[in-house]
Amino acid sequence: MGKIRTPYLLLLPGFGFLFVFFILPILNLAQTSTQTPVGGGDTGQYEQTFRFQNYIDAFVENKEQFGRSFVYALIATFLALAISYPLAYAIAFKSGKYKNFFLVLVVAPFFTSFLLRTVAWKQILGEEGFVVPTLRSVGIISDSTTLTSTAFAVVMGMTYNFLPFMTLPLFASIDRIDPRTLEASGDLYANGFTTFRKVTLPLSMPGVVAGTLLTFIPAAGDYVNAAILGSPNTKMIGNVIESRYFKIVDYPTAAALSFTLMAAILILVTVYIRKAGTEELV
Amino acid sequence: MSKKIADATIPTIPLAARFQRWFGRNLIRVYMVLAFTYLFIPVAYTFAFSFNDSGKSNLIWKGFTLDNWKNPCGAPEVCNALANSIKIGLLATIFSTILGTMIAFAIGRHKFKGRSTSNLLIFLPMATPEIVLGASLLSLFLVFKINPGFWPTVIAHVMFCISFVVVTVKARIASLDPRLEQAAMDLYANEFQTFRRVTLPLVAPGIAGAALLAFSLSFDDFIITNFNSGTVITFPKFVYTAAARGIPAQANVIGSGMFFLALAIVIAGQLVNRRKAR
Repeated sequence: MGKIRTPYLLLLPGFGFLFVFFILPILNLAQTSTQTPVGGGDTGQYEQTFRFQNYIDAFVENKEQFGRSFVYALIATFLALAISYPLAYAIAFKSGKYKNFFLVLVVAPFFTSFLLRTVAWKQILGEEGFVVPTLRSVGIISDSTTLTSTAFAVVMGMTYNFLPFMTLPLFASIDRIDPRTLEASGDLYANGFTTFRKVTLPLSMPGVVAGTLLTFIPAAGDYVNAAILGSPNTKMIGNVIESRYFKIVDYPTAAALSFTLMAAILILVTVYIRKAGTEELV
Repeated sequence: MSKKIADATIPTIPLAARFQRWFGRNLIRVYMVLAFTYLFIPVAYTFAFSFNDSGKSNLIWKGFTLDNWKNPCGAPEVCNALANSIKIGLLATIFSTILGTMIAFAIGRHKFKGRSTSNLLIFLPMATPEIVLGASLLSLFLVFKINPGFWPTVIAHVMFCISFVVVTVKARIASLDPRLEQAAMDLYANEFQTFRRVTLPLVAPGIAGAALLAFSLSFDDFIITNFNSGTVITFPKFVYTAAARGIPAQANVIGSGMFFLALAIVIAGQLVNRRKAR
């Protein structure tokens, strides 16, 4: 009899906490998103008028930043995948007894604060860093070209900062592949590329899906990279939400933007999981 | 013998072809070196500039000094920010590890109605962008006229750490051999004794890993903290605010110190695991 109750008793404190500090806030945010300013009230005072037009206004006003967030996040996710896949593959199959050592090396940079590393990139890519003068002297970039305050810097920063979220799940699923399946493929006269396309890649798909999601979701909502490495022309939706909250005290617009962001991510993620899960991968 | 032959034949191959052959064979090694260089460039930069005799703005190399390491609290506010981050991190770790471990046991060890809903509730906070988590929690605090500050930040951190604890501990529980517990029961251990003497010690490394993860997530969090901490300065907040005018070298000292400390903990953990495995 006690046995039936045990799981619920174990869940109660944690889920109670999540209900109050995760579910309620989201519901409250939904409530805030349709409010309008109190007539004649102070800044920051709003009342519920169920004005759903807030969503359309917020979206139309910031569609550029929305588009940018998704484009930047997609490019960063793709780059992270391109960099991480060979790395995870090498660690899983080619590093022998040093496997754990290399795994620690992948995570180690992330023991230094995320913000310190981003500021470090700003200085490395900045005018006083060593990259810009070198590239200029070789003639790859012109004297007037800068690397910081550009979309390039923002996307590079996001790629860098979310890299372990890509590498670790990729490693986990590639490491689980039985090397004998690759040998079998070779025995059946498949060349290296065919073996990769028909055996390794399909077997590592769970890692690819998990890694791309874990990179894309935080990247789409990020505003730190854009704030430190970017310029007003690279503002993402996160920067807009942040400034609506703190600088303009426009809670309804910030709430509507947050909800639109969340909905857009959820829709994309659902479509993506469906596609990756059911369709045969070529 | 065969080596001699190889040596003798090498000079006849042109240099470019030799390089091409070496490159083909070592492609993966070359790639790993490049990838790890990329990963470590900002860490090396942060470490190097912790020795910079920089004065106020740590942007340009001005000469080597140990002063920053001798006096890491030399810059105003930096150690206060660090202390806040550690306090918030420890509290968030304790609460989220306890709550998360209980949930992990419920989901990992019991079959009950609403199990898939529970999994969904754990997944949702991880799938929600941080900015939405931070903004929504701040709105709730504002409704109840709670000022952002130390405890709201702790609550926020517990909230987003729970899911990561559940996932980590659950994975460990799933990898347990159920026969070990059956064996304990066969030897007349009651349910509580089995849990305390068999299950808990086996799950402990997972719980320790989850706690470390929770601490590092909390310590490094900026976005959610920025929304809920009000005037309380944490270490990431300090760096963000200082970034505009150049962060003091003492921040680099603390960042590098955290790096080596965490590295030491991970290596120690690996050594303990290896010894246990023997």
